[in-house]
Amino acid sequence: MDPLIILQAGVASGTVLLFATLGEIFAERSGVLNLGVEGMMLIGAMSAFSVTVATGNGWLGLLMAMLAAGALSLLHGLVSIHFQADQVVSGLALTFLGTGLSLVFGEGLSKAGTITLLPVYTVPLLSAIPLAGPVLFTNQSVMVYIGYLFLPLVWIYINRTRPGLHLRAVGENPAAADAMGLNVYRLRYAYVFVGGLLAGLAGGTISLAISPGWFSELTTSGQGWIAIGLVIFAQWDPWRAAFGSYAFGALRRLILDIQGPESLLGLRNPFYYNPYWGFFLEMLPYAFTIIVLVIGSREALRKRLGAPAALGVPYIRGERGL
Amino acid sequence: MATQATSPVKSPAFPFRLRFERRVEVPPPWLGPAVSVGAIVIALLLGAVVLRLVGGDPWAAYRHIARAAFGDIGVFSDTLVKATPLILTGLACSVAFRMKLWNIGAEGQFFAGALAASAVVLAPYVPAGAPGWIAIPAAAVAALIPPTAPGWIIIPAMLVAGMLGGALWGFIPGWLKAKLRVNEIITTLMMNYIVIALVNFFVFGVWSEGGFQMSRTFQKAAWLPRLADFATQVKAFRGLTTHLGLVFGVIAAVIVWYILYRSRWGYEIRLIGDNPRAADYAGINITRNTVLVLMTSGALAGLAGMSEIAGVVHRLQTSISPGYGFSGIIIAWLAKLNPLVVVPVSILFGGLILAGREIQPSGVPRLIQGIILFMLIASEVLMHYRVRLVRAGAEE
Repeated sequence: MDPLIILQAGVASGTVLLFATLGEIFAERSGVLNLGVEGMMLIGAMSAFSVTVATGNGWLGLLMAMLAAGALSLLHGLVSIHFQADQVVSGLALTFLGTGLSLVFGEGLSKAGTITLLPVYTVPLLSAIPLAGPVLFTNQSVMVYIGYLFLPLVWIYINRTRPGLHLRAVGENPAAADAMGLNVYRLRYAYVFVGGLLAGLAGGTISLAISPGWFSELTTSGQGWIAIGLVIFAQWDPWRAAFGSYAFGALRRLILDIQGPESLLGLRNPFYYNPYWGFFLEMLPYAFTIIVLVIGSREALRKRLGAPAALGVPYIRGERGL
Repeated sequence: MATQATSPVKSPAFPFRLRFERRVEVPPPWLGPAVSVGAIVIALLLGAVVLRLVGGDPWAAYRHIARAAFGDIGVFSDTLVKATPLILTGLACSVAFRMKLWNIGAEGQFFAGALAASAVVLAPYVPAGAPGWIAIPAAAVAALIPPTAPGWIIIPAMLVAGMLGGALWGFIPGWLKAKLRVNEIITTLMMNYIVIALVNFFVFGVWSEGGFQMSRTFQKAAWLPRLADFATQVKAFRGLTTHLGLVFGVIAAVIVWYILYRSRWGYEIRLIGDNPRAADYAGINITRNTVLVLMTSGALAGLAGMSEIAGVVHRLQTSISPGYGFSGIIIAWLAKLNPLVVVPVSILFGGLILAGREIQPSGVPRLIQGIILFMLIASEVLMHYRVRLVRAGAEE
């Protein structure tokens, strides 16, 4: 029960949620709700692990994870952007499809062999900073550092660049964006694909770095859904998404560690003496997702903020504008 | 993949492109069913391609599904057993989806119903030393319904408990949605994980039978009657496992159909689903209906859990559902949310799940269900649009 270790492991497993959440932010900012994150993450985790077992090259595994999940996301794009199908149902179908595909192609993969994990680094100098050093910069997977670099870039891209402005325009007011000469369909496809790539990256990060291996559906155990919840909590803002992701990562580790010691803060630890109480701890990430959603929804109501205005609404050129 | 063939990508090498024209007229009545059937056929073909890719023999697998699910009266009876919870979860999803409430928590509501129904039977067996919040209600239930209670008391009690358990699990997301506008898609899904952990707690920590991950077997009075129980009167029923839950399912389908299409409440539900703003102007209470509909949906899924636990499993354990709640989503969509169509569609899916248990790799039934749902929603474009092949470069 070392708080530093919990935070350090929290940042590591929060990196998975970070990638998935940022991906969903891209898709939703462009106006497309993609509920298929869980399925895309499973496909990513399965492809990454299976390619890495076969080739011994984790980077190749990661690449395949992103491409596989990206390909899956294009199906959602086709059905929801071009065919104007209901995005909720299409996203659900994507989760079913991704889960089914990963189970079928991942059959027997859990016993397929071992892999070399993606490299782990300690950053010189930065790791000497008190508190932040051991938590953020000591013995972390390369994926964690990629997350640190990626996060500010995403924020700058969305809020401070011209393509980012176009992304927001397409999600807030596609008719106006179309009138500006933007290709609404093409941009939405592109950002749904980006969302898929990042969900695949999240899945690959699980199976190659954070909790290595393939454990069928338990590999993700609902993290794709938690990511969708976090996007709402984050109100489509990358920094808040990162805060939520790392906090959830720390919670996951806390749940594991709290069952270890015999006493907590000088009191008898009920989770040590009665291991079945651990099932109540297992509920916490899911219960917290609901709480976090309540917080996000209340805040959105108060500040009159909210989802991108065209989220979930198919754009039909030349018909009723939004 | 078939998606390439329908994708309107401009390609100079290909002299034609697809053009979508919005249908002005109402599509002919045969088009809907025809499109659905076509979508399923294409989905099965795609499933065959995937099976082939992983080294299986798709035709043998499909033949096996057909024979193992509908081959003779014995296996058809087993198919009906699998269809029973699917009818109820399919109805649960249909009711909620009709109001555009995306309840994807039927799986959790199924577990909540199973847990509550089991609690009625297992209340007398709470071990000494259990904490008060378990021991005290358990003692109260055990006093009302002792282990010696006859079936005509215990089964209705389980039925009510199961429906209440599911309704409670629907109430929480419903209330959050109605009062705080919390997205019900995520909350219903999160409630699934929460109830499964809760069931695990009870299975492992309270009612574990000799340390195994299951409770004791229920006494016979808590079993739903099966056709086989009447084999002494009717010889043909020998060995048939179909149980009373099927009757619950069919009755529920008729009631839900009546509510949705013949009652004032159903009219409100459909109006809110089609046009919430108009419903609001008409003075319909959307807040109350949101809570009520999600509770009704939960109660139906809870009844599915009760029927499965009392009709098939006869004990509380963790592995009671191969995803009945999730299949309910697909069934509801395939039945176009019509409660009466849910019944035959569930029987088809029951066959797929029954026969799919023996097919390797084990993810195949899931995969096929996923492809079916995808093809279904993709094919709906044909209901709203005509698709024409036009020369590339022709006037838009």
